[in-house]
Amino acid sequence: MVYIVALLAVVFLGLAAMVVSKMAAVVKTAGGPKEEGEIGLSNKINGALFVVFFVVGLIAAVWSFMYARQFFLPEASSPHGRRTDNLFWISMAMITAAFVLTNALLFIFAWMYQHREGYKAAYYPENHKLELIWTIVPAVIMAVMVFTGWRAWRDIMSEAPANAQVFEIVGKQFNWIARYPGVDNNKLGNFNYKLIDNNNETGIDYTDESSFDDFVSTSELHIPANKPVLLKIRARDVLHSVFIPHLRVKMDAVPGMPTRFWFIADKTTDEMRNLTGNPDFTYEIACTEVCGQGHFSMRIRLIVEDEASWEAWCKQQKPLLTSTPELATRIPANLKAKAAKYLPADATAAPSDSSTALIPRQGGVSVATTTLR
Amino acid sequence: MATVSANPVIVAHATEHDHHEPQSFWRKYIFSEDHKTIAKQYLISGILWSIIGISLSVMFRLQLGFPNLKLGFLRPVLGSWINETDKLDPDFYLALVTMHGTIMVFFVLTAGLSGTFSNFLIPLQVGARDMASGFLNMLSYWFFFIASVVMFSSMFIETGPAAGGWVIYPPLSALPQAHKGSELGMTLWLISMALFIVSQLLGGINYITTVINLRTRGMSFSKLPLTIWAFLLTAILGLISFPVLLSAALLLIFDRSFGTSFYLSEIYIKGEALPNVGGSPILFQHLFWFLGHPEVYIVILPALGMTSEIIATNARKPIFGYRAMIASMMGIAFLAFIVWAHHMFVTGMNPFLGSIFMFLTLIIAVPSAVKAFNYITTLWRGNIRFTPAMLFSIGLVSFFISGGITGLILGNSALDIQLHDTYFVVAHFHLVMGAASAFGLLAGVYHWFPKMFGRMMDEKLGYIHFWLTFIGIYLVFFPMHYVGIAGFPRRYYAFTSYDFTKNIFADMNAFISLAAIFTFVAQWVFIYNFVNSLIRGKRATQNPWKSNTLEWTTPIVPGHGNWVGEIPAVYRWPYDYSKPGAKDDFIPQNVPYSQTPESNLPHENELISLESEIEAQNLNDQFKQPH
Ligand code: HEM
Ligand SMILES: [Cu+2]
Ligand SMILES: [Cu+2]
Repeated sequence: MVYIVALLAVVFLGLAAMVVSKMAAVVKTAGGPKEEGEIGLSNKINGALFVVFFVVGLIAAVWSFMYARQFFLPEASSPHGRRTDNLFWISMAMITAAFVLTNALLFIFAWMYQHREGYKAAYYPENHKLELIWTIVPAVIMAVMVFTGWRAWRDIMSEAPANAQVFEIVGKQFNWIARYPGVDNNKLGNFNYKLIDNNNETGIDYTDESSFDDFVSTSELHIPANKPVLLKIRARDVLHSVFIPHLRVKMDAVPGMPTRFWFIADKTTDEMRNLTGNPDFTYEIACTEVCGQGHFSMRIRLIVEDEASWEAWCKQQKPLLTSTPELATRIPANLKAKAAKYLPADATAAPSDSSTALIPRQGGVSVATTTLR
Repeated sequence: MATVSANPVIVAHATEHDHHEPQSFWRKYIFSEDHKTIAKQYLISGILWSIIGISLSVMFRLQLGFPNLKLGFLRPVLGSWINETDKLDPDFYLALVTMHGTIMVFFVLTAGLSGTFSNFLIPLQVGARDMASGFLNMLSYWFFFIASVVMFSSMFIETGPAAGGWVIYPPLSALPQAHKGSELGMTLWLISMALFIVSQLLGGINYITTVINLRTRGMSFSKLPLTIWAFLLTAILGLISFPVLLSAALLLIFDRSFGTSFYLSEIYIKGEALPNVGGSPILFQHLFWFLGHPEVYIVILPALGMTSEIIATNARKPIFGYRAMIASMMGIAFLAFIVWAHHMFVTGMNPFLGSIFMFLTLIIAVPSAVKAFNYITTLWRGNIRFTPAMLFSIGLVSFFISGGITGLILGNSALDIQLHDTYFVVAHFHLVMGAASAFGLLAGVYHWFPKMFGRMMDEKLGYIHFWLTFIGIYLVFFPMHYVGIAGFPRRYYAFTSYDFTKNIFADMNAFISLAAIFTFVAQWVFIYNFVNSLIRGKRATQNPWKSNTLEWTTPIVPGHGNWVGEIPAVYRWPYDYSKPGAKDDFIPQNVPYSQTPESNLPHENELISLESEIEAQNLNDQFKQPH
């Protein structure tokens, strides 16, 4: 509301200025033409306006920052996020200083050195020392900024620790599908995009026995807190980008080229509820690469819980094979026995009653399988 | 003021050549080969495109600022893009964003800015009768015109124009089944851009040849105005980078229409697994940004060049650090080719590559900073005249600084993880590229309007236009930084799907939208002033800004061949403003040192002996060749 009032004020000011100048123009033509090249009152006004603009602008900038701050994201819930946030605010402080200083000089010089009758400008075409100084000083400051940034980048992008808990997230128009490595073996099975269909949205390859216990969800991704998590990211159709704002995580999902991002979430959803005082708080995953009509609403919730309850939760989940026994037809004969424990008794016994459309794929077309490493 | 005594024999000779047959209307105004007419054609097209481009942004700002507003009143314009509930269609939202970006970057700030001022100023400021090839120059405009027609018509087809963002990343842009905007609209986008690139290349070749070959006597590279340096480097950038975009577009056309897999691999869409394997969407991004990053400098360098000229003229002071300015522009032009992947830090590209590009990106910030400091120092101890052009130039410097410094943050790959594709990026590049270049364009129009049309623009309206726009642009883009820091992603139709964006900043977004409308409305002051001054403006004088460069030695409205009689020779650099000892506070480039003994610096006295040599040169005047 404040804004709207402020803006309306500005609009009216502008309109008023316009009317005044129109009138001035009328008056002026009545009073005879201005002499060629004469520099008059307008020059003074414009010069002064620069200073006014600077002062008012600075106040507005500070005030608006104070106002906006309450809506910034809460403190990062990941160690790497706190590190980049720190760097961000330090860099912001530095560039804000540069911003204020240079704009101040620009506007104040404009005002100070406005035209004065009889005054001649200085003939001052260069000063090598000065130029050298202001090349080197920013270069050094920037070098420091880059160097600290680079170290953070290197650490964030390093290989995930060996004990990292692996998850897969698959982007499609227009939702995310989370795949878990399973209730038993904690290993993601292979996938192949040619195996995708309505029953098997992520293209899990059931000739790989690690796949048998994998399960998927399109509404939530549950991860353990305080443990390295490795997100394996891929896309089914077009580019998407995984964005977890509260964890400061972002990585594109690229069809044909799996990507990854590892991080540690060190505040559980419950802790965040307490911290933010918002009983409905939930972590969210968004998409930040334009992917079509539903790009703005590819939400999936992220639940961070302590490791024990996460494990307990996992145990309760049903492997995709269990909830969609039709997929059993894709299991090669020699592995059928291993898959049996995930299947309702009748599904293994009577594969023929499952959807026949799926059968030819398995035998006929031999498809290269992509292995997730 | 000293004048040059022209050699009477040569004057007579040249006037002999003034008897060109009167040209038909078509040859004179439409299919003209005269660089000044072509420049005006570019200017008018650029202004028309900017009205369209900015109107599109107002439409989507309405959606973002007032998500509940009933947009039924737009139905006469947008037809079924307004759905039954009087809301903007989400597909069309993306189309608006895409068209806005494409139009503003390519059609307004590349064609409208470089096309206008490179064409207009290069021959006038280097002292040439016209461009090296008037015919190619004409072709360049008409390719642009056809590109414009194709792009414009794509907005009226049933499936709408391209809608995958101005960067048109495949696979989205490659698969018609993925998106409405990837159907016919995308095909037209690609055709239009291919034509546009041809136009740019034809123009660029001409600019480069003209600057290298057609400089008048004495106009060595060390005496070239910074405008010309900027146009030259811009043209070189374009010549090297646009072909890469053309090949990227061609490969995309193949993928779309001929079943190739350059950018496509392992895709399952609409219930069907596509046969394409082995391509890479990332390849397209590399090719695109190999143009895309130089493109941002193609857009900003001409603006910076013109600003150098305008600031020096109106501060009545030599530009500070002429050589440093050239060096930094060269540095920027070179580095512009090796920083492109800073747009791709989180695409899954090898993190080591990311590190390299982070270092390179921050190097390019150094010459940019040097330029800003030099502008500020040029103002210091000046004697400043605030013409509208000067106001816009100072505004440009402010935007360049305010937008440029956030580049330091985005160029830091660790920080870019969070900020990439948020409104923070939108704020950054609109200030540094959008607003700064637009101000360069406006400054150029105000400054060279008298030379273009022989009349002056109204100064008071210019002041009002400047202040409303300057304030308006900061009101629009400054708050966007906050929205970005809060994590709001760009290219979102609405912020209602997520808790972290829901109910936050609604008033801020409304404010930004109002400010955008306000700024848009303020531009009509300019349009009015432009049209009105064309018809009723005060007649221009010979050298209204008391400037040193050669264009002000031509007749007030230069005709075919620019100079009546011989082209003036050049003896000094263009920045002899307020030279100690001189009677006036400016000494044009065509005044020899022998006429200004009172103000010559010691080393300049030595140059007097070279003057007869310069005069004796007989270069490149097409009017002296029999034709
Ligand atoms: C001098 C004029 C400059 C112009 C015209 C310019 C223009 C742009 C544009 C158009 C984008 C948007 C790309 C997109 O659609 O995602 C952008 C982003 C970016 N700019 Fe600049 N920029 C300039 C200066 C700088 C400087 C000095 C730096 C760094 C020191 C910089 C670093 C970046 C980075 C890293 C991005 C990508 C951010 C991201 O994708 O998240 N820019 N710039
Ligand atoms: Cu998306
Ligand atoms: Cu770039």
